[in-house]
Amino acid sequence: MSGPSGSGKSRLLRAVADLEPHDGRVSLGDTGQLDIPAHQWRSRVVMVPADSQWWFDDVGGHFPDEAKAGLPSALGFTPEVMGWSVSRLSSGERQRLALWRALALEPEALLLDEPTANLDNDSTEALEIWLLDEIRRRQIAVLWVAHDPAQIHRVADAHYRIHGTTLERVDGGH
Amino acid sequence: MEVIDLAWWKLGLAALLVLALAGTGYLARLGITRSLLIAALRTIIQLALIGLVLEALFASSEFYWIALLALIMLLVAGREVVARQGRRLRGWWAFSIGTGAMFVSSFAVTVLALAVVIGPEPWYAPQYAIPLLGMMLGNTMTGVSLALDRLNESVWRQRAVIENRLMLGQTSQQALEDIRRDAMRSGMMPSINAMAAAGIVSLPGMMTGQILAGSPPAVAVKYQILVMLIITVGTGFGSLMAVSWGGRRLFDERERLRLDRLVKP
Repeated sequence: MSGPSGSGKSRLLRAVADLEPHDGRVSLGDTGQLDIPAHQWRSRVVMVPADSQWWFDDVGGHFPDEAKAGLPSALGFTPEVMGWSVSRLSSGERQRLALWRALALEPEALLLDEPTANLDNDSTEALEIWLLDEIRRRQIAVLWVAHDPAQIHRVADAHYRIHGTTLERVDGGH
Repeated sequence: MEVIDLAWWKLGLAALLVLALAGTGYLARLGITRSLLIAALRTIIQLALIGLVLEALFASSEFYWIALLALIMLLVAGREVVARQGRRLRGWWAFSIGTGAMFVSSFAVTVLALAVVIGPEPWYAPQYAIPLLGMMLGNTMTGVSLALDRLNESVWRQRAVIENRLMLGQTSQQALEDIRRDAMRSGMMPSINAMAAAGIVSLPGMMTGQILAGSPPAVAVKYQILVMLIITVGTGFGSLMAVSWGGRRLFDERERLRLDRLVKP
């Protein structure tokens, strides 16, 4: 999904995650958003915001034990990162760890708000490959906000653009 | 032992000292002269009036007059709690939550202390009930307003963290956990500090007053211990209720963070 800045991409994701009051109807399979408690909905439909937040001092505090042990090497971290202090992480590193933090919850749907915004070109492509592999293997439905047409072409099955108050389909995907 | 009554003209001597301070402040351009004089005047008028009220109240000892005074004290304390919060809940929520928490905690603890611990006849005897309730409300008010102020301010500053925690499937209570703990701590800190310093660094005002009025220090000390313990209990439960109700009101039924419910006056 793409759109000019300020067009409401993030707000749409927040509404799907049920963080923003809205009048729409959202469902995951047969389960409507309002049919289950909000925190259960959000642990199945997990959103990764553009700037991830870290509230404990140590990186490891944000991950359950299995997620700490299973940290994929494709993300470019050694296992010691779990002992690091959060202030040591660069914004790109936070971004990658936030994706793993979300995936470790084993969600059924992911809402990604510009997940590669803080990465250089090489890391972006490496991250895309890893992320697409995880998404396909786990069969997760993904709503991915991006602005780079090349990236949209590489990752999207369908491409929608926000136009005013409507979403219109663009043939940029494959 | 008879208490030495103070003649009004002797209080005038103390007032002259305040005037001297105000004059010095004016000459030195400290910019506090005006507020100093107004505050001193308010103290004299307010205390003189409450003296008259208490004289009348002690003479009648009717339950409904005591209840009325207690209600007025509670409402004024509730207003003060609202005024002391930098960001507060919209509408009547700020007042209701603060006043409700103070009512439940200070009235319950005061009634318990009166009926069970001290046991005057009748239990609401104004000589005991009004001073005790006043001390309870004054301290609970400080605790509740500090706790609510901290809660609202932290939620406002840390909204991104709270929302990110919600995005990861945490309940609103889990996402607020650290902030609630901080808010509770700032509400309780003054009473804990007061208990720790009592008798060594500071001689508490109530005990000092009782000794001046001729009570044996051993009795005054027992009353002071009672008062400090119940003040801490009242402040603690009051802050706990205020933080828990306030924290709940910051989220809606879908556990969304609703900062639009906070206003900055």
